[in-house]
Amino acid sequence: MTSVPAQDKGKDRAIGAVRRIWRSISVPLVAVLLGLLIGGILLFVSGANPFEAYGALIKGAFGTPVAVQRTLEKATPLVFSGLAVAFAFKAGLFNIGAQGQLLIGAIVAAYVGFAIEGLPAIIHAPLALLIGGLAGALYGYIPGVLKVYTGAHEVIVTIMLNYVAINITDYLADGPWKDLSPGNVVARTPKIQPSAEIPILGNIPLGFIFAVLAAIIVWWLLYRTTLGYEIRTVGLNASAAQYAGIRVARMVILTMMISGFLAGFGGAVETLGIVGRYQPGFNAGLGFDGITVALLGKTSPFGVIPAALLMGAMRAGASQMQFSAGVAKEITDVITAFILFFVAADVIVKWLIRQRDSDDERIMLSSGWGGN
Amino acid sequence: MSNNDASIVLEAKGITKQFPGVLANDRVDLTLRRGEILALLGENGAGKSTLMNVLYGLYTPDAGEIWIKGEHVILQNPGDAIARGVGMVHQHFQLVPVMTVAENVILGSEITKLGGYIDKREANRRVRELSEQYGLEIDPTIEVEDLPVGLQQRVEIIKALYRQADILILDEPTAVLTPQESNELFRIMHDLTEKGVSIIFITHKLKEVLAIADRIVVLRGGRSVGAALPSESTEASLAELMVGRKVILQVDKDEAVPGKLVLEIDGLHVQDDRKHEAVKGLSLQVYAGEILGVAGVQGNGQREFVEALTGLRPSTEGKITIMGEDATHLTPRRITELDVAHIPEDREKHGLVMPYSIADNLVLNRYYRAPYSKNAILDREKIAENGAKLVKQFDVRTPSIYTHASSLSGGNKQKVIVAREFSRPVKLLIANQPTRGIDVGSIEFIHNQIVAQRDAGVAVLLVSAELDEVLSLADRVAVMFDGRIVKTLPIEEATREKIGLLMAGSEA
Amino acid sequence: MELTAKRQAESSNWFIKNRWWVLIGLILIGSVIYAYATNAVVTTAVLASTLRQSTPLILGALCGVLGERSGVINIGIEGQMLLAAFVAFLANVYTGNLLVATLAGLLAGGVMGLLLAFMSVTLKMDQIIGGTVINILAVGLTGYFYVSGLTTKGKFQPIPLGPLADIPLLGPVLFRNPPITYLAIILVFVLHYVLFYTRWGLRTRAVGEHPSAADTVGINVFRTRYINVIIAGAIAGLGGAFLTLEGVGSFERLMTNGRGFLALAIMIFGKWTPLGSWGAALLFGFTYAMQTQLQFSGVNLPPQFIGSLPYILTILVLAGFVGRSRAPAAEGIPYEKEG
Repeated sequence: MTSVPAQDKGKDRAIGAVRRIWRSISVPLVAVLLGLLIGGILLFVSGANPFEAYGALIKGAFGTPVAVQRTLEKATPLVFSGLAVAFAFKAGLFNIGAQGQLLIGAIVAAYVGFAIEGLPAIIHAPLALLIGGLAGALYGYIPGVLKVYTGAHEVIVTIMLNYVAINITDYLADGPWKDLSPGNVVARTPKIQPSAEIPILGNIPLGFIFAVLAAIIVWWLLYRTTLGYEIRTVGLNASAAQYAGIRVARMVILTMMISGFLAGFGGAVETLGIVGRYQPGFNAGLGFDGITVALLGKTSPFGVIPAALLMGAMRAGASQMQFSAGVAKEITDVITAFILFFVAADVIVKWLIRQRDSDDERIMLSSGWGGN
Repeated sequence: MSNNDASIVLEAKGITKQFPGVLANDRVDLTLRRGEILALLGENGAGKSTLMNVLYGLYTPDAGEIWIKGEHVILQNPGDAIARGVGMVHQHFQLVPVMTVAENVILGSEITKLGGYIDKREANRRVRELSEQYGLEIDPTIEVEDLPVGLQQRVEIIKALYRQADILILDEPTAVLTPQESNELFRIMHDLTEKGVSIIFITHKLKEVLAIADRIVVLRGGRSVGAALPSESTEASLAELMVGRKVILQVDKDEAVPGKLVLEIDGLHVQDDRKHEAVKGLSLQVYAGEILGVAGVQGNGQREFVEALTGLRPSTEGKITIMGEDATHLTPRRITELDVAHIPEDREKHGLVMPYSIADNLVLNRYYRAPYSKNAILDREKIAENGAKLVKQFDVRTPSIYTHASSLSGGNKQKVIVAREFSRPVKLLIANQPTRGIDVGSIEFIHNQIVAQRDAGVAVLLVSAELDEVLSLADRVAVMFDGRIVKTLPIEEATREKIGLLMAGSEA
Repeated sequence: MELTAKRQAESSNWFIKNRWWVLIGLILIGSVIYAYATNAVVTTAVLASTLRQSTPLILGALCGVLGERSGVINIGIEGQMLLAAFVAFLANVYTGNLLVATLAGLLAGGVMGLLLAFMSVTLKMDQIIGGTVINILAVGLTGYFYVSGLTTKGKFQPIPLGPLADIPLLGPVLFRNPPITYLAIILVFVLHYVLFYTRWGLRTRAVGEHPSAADTVGINVFRTRYINVIIAGAIAGLGGAFLTLEGVGSFERLMTNGRGFLALAIMIFGKWTPLGSWGAALLFGFTYAMQTQLQFSGVNLPPQFIGSLPYILTILVLAGFVGRSRAPAAEGIPYEKEG
């Protein structure tokens, strides 16, 4: 955790910066290479041509402007859900519920998007985004309050709320908010108004720019404001936070709400910028992937962006790979698992690249879930 | 390499153990004879615990030999040591709180029937038997977390005896005991030696060494720097050996000039974590410009009392008044803003955020105020300036203000806390165990800082389980027992004996 | 001596000590008898379905209990079950032998347990990440190697236990089940016994509560954790095998469908004990069974409302009763000898 930047002057400063950047990216970089290597071995062993498969994967992810656009589209919600999970981690909370918060945000944004008519785009789209985010925040409020006042652990509560969210959204999409246009038989909401759509600038979805901005804001919030100091203190040592006069209970609730907001916002961006409506199943797993993204990014707001891009690229390229190289797209999950493994098992990687181990850089999130 | 002397039960030769950055043991030699009490004396960090962990098989030495009862042994793990009759009572008790006394005792050497079924009845019987044999008075069926520390220690001794240990290592056993309880422990130790048990007794308390040891070995900086016999030693000579220079055992201070009433506590009641009443009607007053020392054995409600006083724990009854303001139910922040400084008992739990830099830790309870932040936005420059200034002023030994608190030594961690708490206007200082487990240099520094605060007119409430610390710092001594202040004495009347009796609950 | 601890008043009378459980038990038995008297067929069906639905959940929860009691958090139960389900399925396809297929599932689960132990004990990796790695890996491997159109030669059939199977209500519910269901019930009792009455259990719990205390009396913390986590993995593997060999009869992508995560909740709900977890798993199984039943009986409620019930119930119970239950003290923390 680099909470305070060094203040070396001039050249020292530049060298220090380069060294710091190398220190922070060397392990993930090597981890990605090792993950690809193991995936390649698996491909080879199972009779596929790894070079052909990876070639198709890369082409599918970056080969054309459209491919890049698809990669960014896939990465966009992952940045948000990754930020949601990473943010909660900073307060020592494990928000497995990003999935549910994202679903709620997605469907509420869809509702605002299709039900309100006649608003100018400059108001309609931001309004839908904001309400989607707030819906997610509200959904994150529940586990926060339950944790503070009853001691119910957020991991279990959010797992349960994920299922409830699936049921709520299924019900809405197949009931009161169902698309009743002629010929539609599936459960889904109507298409959102054009005024609620988030445009694509050239080949760059505006939603992705929002995502990058969100990462910057989250970083700034965490490391440059008193609120961030309070949240991080609670996460690292709740007793010391109490000693310092920080109201721990309030911070827990607030953190869960901000985390839920980020997830819900991500769901809203997905609805308004990519899918164009809410349809059950279209968002499956985006919140869970947020856990992977957050962990790959070492729970740092800026780490989340490359992590989400990596996952997005693999998602985007996988279909191309499946199509032209005949390789099942789930190989990307195997690769992701190994990348995550090597990022977390940094002792192995550091040994490989002969980097000195520094103990306090390791991520430690779990310490049991025994109430209080 | 043989030892012909049959009375030697344990011999360590040239033990060397290196940890990253520290040479914890450097060619240490040690011999223990049957039925003797060998005191191993040394400061914190002198390498005593490392040496004992080596003898107990927890660490493997990098070099050196261990001979037990004439046999050269290589101890891979504690099991090897246990099998050769070595037992150890650790400074931090190695007991599972949620298990019963008997379960803790048998753990690792269980009495089982068919299929690994544990014979609890037999286990209870054996523990009761041992307890009676050595006069330890322990009920085997109680859960350990329900026992006071003094009794937990006896569970540890029973654990060793149950394993038929005849070489017993006691690591700082008196740290948590009253003088009377310590005497009781010494009696038990004598009984044990008479039954043929040999004891290594680790401590940094000079008086105890002189009172009980048959021989003394002094460690400093990982080396054995001398051996002595109690009959030929004085406290001063041992202290010099231990620290490597002459030590002033007394804090230099002038007479207190008490001013107006700063803190008044009336009939305070506080519950502990398990909802048992820990503070039962405590009352005291502290005046500006004096140090009130609260003496007492650990676990008599001091922690709960201080936490309630600083807003970390709710009180159920009674009243706290600070500078004339009712502070009974204020939040920690409001109390801090009354110019109250707090050196918490557990510096790693309450006092510091380990993964934070020193600079960040130095603003832990002031980050939200100018100049460290403005409109809820932190001012990194100001925080760094403050860090640089305080690190220098309070002599914190660190490579940089950006070093994480976790990598500092105990003494320097405590200095960070002291720096933070003393660097703002203070009217009341609450110091709970301010020098526990730190080196003599830092202790002297912190003691002098506390006296300086007093001389500047601060009211100081010093809570300490180290009687010597209370006696050398305080202007008045309040003795805490069973959740109450049983007596308050001016320092002139506070003799060790009197205070010791009060600490044990008897009226002096 | 003033310092002797107060002995907590302990009643020796079992019924008084456990009065709430006795009361709940009586109410349960009463309502079952009443329901059976009202509609025997439906009651039997619901209870039988309860047991079946609870089987993979309790197996997953037992996996969690063993791991956490020794100090290792396992959020990879889902992945362990999924991979084992797949391997058991493949073994069934290629050997046609259900016993071999079950063993294959156990083995696959055990290997995943070994992986978790390696990550959390040896590499001292964060255990949440370790579990996540297992979950993703399982999704990837099963998805990558899955070929549609594979068929099996059948699945486990119920084995009636002689005359016991003919007892009204109890017979069809308890004594007319396929083998893995029987095994799961036996495992609940065996593990409860092992954890709380045997040497192995005492050592396991000590390692999960206070590893250095265990270490100082010569218990090998690493080995204890390894063995428990591997056995736990094999039990989760049995849960996976249940899905493909006894429940569904074939494999589908992502077929565990969150059961591994539910198992975690059940474990906490059951206060980290096998018997308690079984109670919680049965409760879940019951709500699932009722869900189907209510839909059949044409209750006019959106199915999603009924579908949410078990989860909302869990939250309420967690917030109400067991919110403050105590997890093994050392779980999630890699053990390192001090120095």
